[in-house]
Amino acid sequence: MSSFSVTEPSRRAKWFAGTLVILYALITMVPLAWIMLTGFKSPSDAISYPPKVFFEPTLEGYVNLFTTRTRQTPEFLAANPPENWYEEIVREYDMVIVGPSKFGERFLNSVIIGFGSTFLSIFLGTLSAYAFSRFKIPLADDLLFFILSTRMMPPIAVAIPIFLMYRQLGLSDTHLGMILLYTGVNISLAVWLLKGFIDEIPLEYEEAALIDGYTRFQAFYKVVLPQAATGIASTAIFCLIFAWNEYAFAVLLTSGTAQTAPPFIPTIIGVGGLDWPAVAAGATIFLLPVMIFTILLRKHLLRGITFGAVRK
Amino acid sequence: MSDSPASRAAAATPPSVARKIRGLSDRAIAWIFVAPTIFLLLAINIFPLIWTINLSFTNFKANSPNREVVNVGFRNYQRILTDSDIWLNMQATAHFLFWTIFFQVIIGFTLAYLINKKFKGNDLWTTIIVLPMMLSPAVVGNFWKFLYQPQIGLFNYIIAFFTGKDPSSFEMLGSVSLAPWSIVIVDTWMWTPFVMLICLAGLRSIPDYIYEAAEVDRASKLRQFFTITIPMVLPFLMLAVLFRGIENFKMFDLVVQLTGGGPGSTTELTSINLKREAFEKWRTGYASAYAIILFVTVFGLASIYVKALNKVKER
Repeated sequence: MSSFSVTEPSRRAKWFAGTLVILYALITMVPLAWIMLTGFKSPSDAISYPPKVFFEPTLEGYVNLFTTRTRQTPEFLAANPPENWYEEIVREYDMVIVGPSKFGERFLNSVIIGFGSTFLSIFLGTLSAYAFSRFKIPLADDLLFFILSTRMMPPIAVAIPIFLMYRQLGLSDTHLGMILLYTGVNISLAVWLLKGFIDEIPLEYEEAALIDGYTRFQAFYKVVLPQAATGIASTAIFCLIFAWNEYAFAVLLTSGTAQTAPPFIPTIIGVGGLDWPAVAAGATIFLLPVMIFTILLRKHLLRGITFGAVRK
Repeated sequence: MSDSPASRAAAATPPSVARKIRGLSDRAIAWIFVAPTIFLLLAINIFPLIWTINLSFTNFKANSPNREVVNVGFRNYQRILTDSDIWLNMQATAHFLFWTIFFQVIIGFTLAYLINKKFKGNDLWTTIIVLPMMLSPAVVGNFWKFLYQPQIGLFNYIIAFFTGKDPSSFEMLGSVSLAPWSIVIVDTWMWTPFVMLICLAGLRSIPDYIYEAAEVDRASKLRQFFTITIPMVLPFLMLAVLFRGIENFKMFDLVVQLTGGGPGSTTELTSINLKREAFEKWRTGYASAYAIILFVTVFGLASIYVKALNKVKER
């Protein structure tokens, strides 16, 4: 490093750039911070004017999110004192909890379908990516391009025949149907990304293993797989985030048993219109895992979002 | 692979012996590894596409499967291309596409340029800025709807605070003139980081010695910016625009949650319109033709664009 570099920005330039970027970051965080705050407000605080930044936090939104409630007569309420803290919250509105809401189920569906399709995409994707990377496959380039171009179809366009197909096969509104569908959509991304990661592993490792008497298959899972572990992990997170966030297919092809959280969250209705704190609580619980994954993934983010077109 | 020592040895060995020595042949492994993926792609992508093409020539209605299905030839296509309402949807889509890409490119590039000044903590702030684009668009649309509420929403309050207007005097989602901009704002909020990340990769790919050489030649900073920085980042920027263009042409979840296509049909993008035709009016055949037209449009535009992109790269 030379004592003077023309490419190193001056201190003033750094300070100026830093201030502007931090300012942007803070502004861009306002909507997210607001929705997280709203989750801890009471319904009246949530819709007050002017909007309240300081308020008495309550878990009402979360309680409402996870339960269904019903109004009761004063006599009933007096005869049955609240047994725990969440009953107490509900009592303020002369209500009692009658059971869990559907949010838990929907969230669980998101988890099952998300992880199921991610596992399948990664399993099949790693095998194919290895084959595409190491063997001569006729028409490989055309095939890869074609796989990619299917992503240009608007999801609604794909949903029309899938809807008809699933109706015939009895896969509508089933976990299996959604897992297969998301795998079908994700696998193109998985193969592209994984091929890029496997291409970067030097061939010599496997050749050494083959000469040492490993079979091709042993070389694959004892030599290549461990080398590709980071790539596989980050590809998996991308697949998971896609399946987690997907809305169009979910809203068209599921209605009950296999419905995921994104179509469900906007339909949370409270007394007299949308229950904003409950919606905000649901959004918070739903978005937090993705934020954590994004932070874990930051090194490979660019590669994932550009289908491996840009590598850092 | 074909001329590695191992495979040369494999090629020289008769197949039956090779099988004994190495288990399955490479060729067999290649097919076993690729087959399930190909099968899944055929089932989930190719077969439905062919079915859609088929349906697009019929008057099939998915909600009345017992009705007689008649082959109508190109009539669906003809009706779509001459329908003035669909041209309105196309216009709404074009407005959305143009302005989202415009703002995202300008803000995204500026941010990348500033982050590339390598101030302390730039990694942390980059990660924070990136968060919105990874979130579920439907949920994002849903909570922006809350921010846009005329009386109680934070967005209206902040605008009112700075302009002195009454916060309930304008409705971002309810007014014909503002709704198209409300979706542009949310999409820009969400996807500017995407353009920023790609531009940042472009900026970081420029080797220092080019600037050093320019400095030796006494090129001004401004001149360096226009003759080095911009041309070197351009291929990256164009790639970002390609991705955003394709994604926003398909836009559904975010906008459906925000405006549902309204008021009237001012924000009814083609995907939303397609959903109406296919799953509300149940004109399956007609919607299939519509889907094919959209697919061909994106595919055609993207192919032309990629050609241009490759030309820029070669320069």
